[in-house]
Amino acid sequence: MGFDQYHEPPEELPAATRTFARLCASLTEEAEAIGWYEQRIAVETDPEALAVMRDAQGEEFKHFSMDLEFLLRRAPAWREIAEGILFKLGDIVEHGEEAEAETFEGNGAEGEAGYPSGSLGIGSLKGALR
Amino acid sequence: MNHLLRSLAPISDDGWKMLDDEARQRLQPALAGRRLVDFSGSHGWQYSATNLGRTASLSTAPCEGVTGRQRRVLPLVEVRADFELSLDELRDADRGADDADLATLDRAAHQIAVAENIAVFHGWQGALTGVGEATPHNPIPLGAKPDNYPRPVAAAVELLLHNGISGPYGLALGGEQYQQVAQTAEHGGYPLLEHLHKILDGPIVWAPGVGGAVVLSLRGGDFQFESGQDLSIGYTSHDGESVQLYLEESFSFHVATPEAAVALTA
Repeated sequence: MGFDQYHEPPEELPAATRTFARLCASLTEEAEAIGWYEQRIAVETDPEALAVMRDAQGEEFKHFSMDLEFLLRRAPAWREIAEGILFKLGDIVEHGEEAEAETFEGNGAEGEAGYPSGSLGIGSLKGALR
Repeated sequence: MNHLLRSLAPISDDGWKMLDDEARQRLQPALAGRRLVDFSGSHGWQYSATNLGRTASLSTAPCEGVTGRQRRVLPLVEVRADFELSLDELRDADRGADDADLATLDRAAHQIAVAENIAVFHGWQGALTGVGEATPHNPIPLGAKPDNYPRPVAAAVELLLHNGISGPYGLALGGEQYQQVAQTAEHGGYPLLEHLHKILDGPIVWAPGVGGAVVLSLRGGDFQFESGQDLSIGYTSHDGESVQLYLEESFSFHVATPEAAVALTA
């Protein structure tokens, strides 16, 4: 159970990939917790219990957002797509399609392997193996 | 098409993949600063300056009754390494040749990695202040013999602890020093790299371009590398025989806690 976030043998994965996988698992857990609190709040009638659970759900919002920001910093293509979707008014699906197209369009010349703006996608190497 | 103009180059998609892969393989082991300092971005080619949160007073104002201040920012630098590739080599690679001559790209990748390392650890005159320039601590001599490196490295760690700078700590070793350390076993055959790692509780990084070494805290928040356009290959021009390309990036580097590093001199 403790190592379920790994889909491949952990000893074959670089340290940076293991860290990325841990934060992906954490992101999932925070999203689940937000959903659970949403359901509990919907059925709870005790005002004091509601206040406690709303406060707890706020913590999960924070945790989810921190996990997401960490992952976006490590995955430039993900960040570029997210920037085209998040905090924007209008049609979510339309923004998603546009952001995806802008990030991945012209794979060879304009953005090898999906890295934004044609960059090599190197980014941070903190924690990376040589 | 963006500012890199890659679509204008006479290079196939497979050719671009080969060049990007080659550049990435050459760059990643040599980019020492990115292994040790905080990285922010990439923020894109149009991103021009890092916010410092500082202002400068203005001696004049538009009219009476008001005062003004001007924001101080740290402008990003652009660094670029040009290189030329034979079109025949690229065509042969398209045919499946697995030994394309990419020596000019390899040299450019090494040069731009060296430039980034020097900017981070030694600074860029008139543009950026490096870790070694910013630290208020007197440099500690490494000494001539690598067997003795644990002593100055331990002294640097002790100095950081004494100043309230917690670990783990990283060690950026110049190319010559890294080679010596990697080759050295201490009395009893214990690898020097292992001994240094135990002192630091953090990585020992090959840092081509760095003179001597630098010990710095990895706790975060002390050293900020801000990337505008991350390292990319762009297109300049071509003729019937060759194509002119370049490696380029834009970045700033800011030391928030100067006392969080100690320079070790060769």
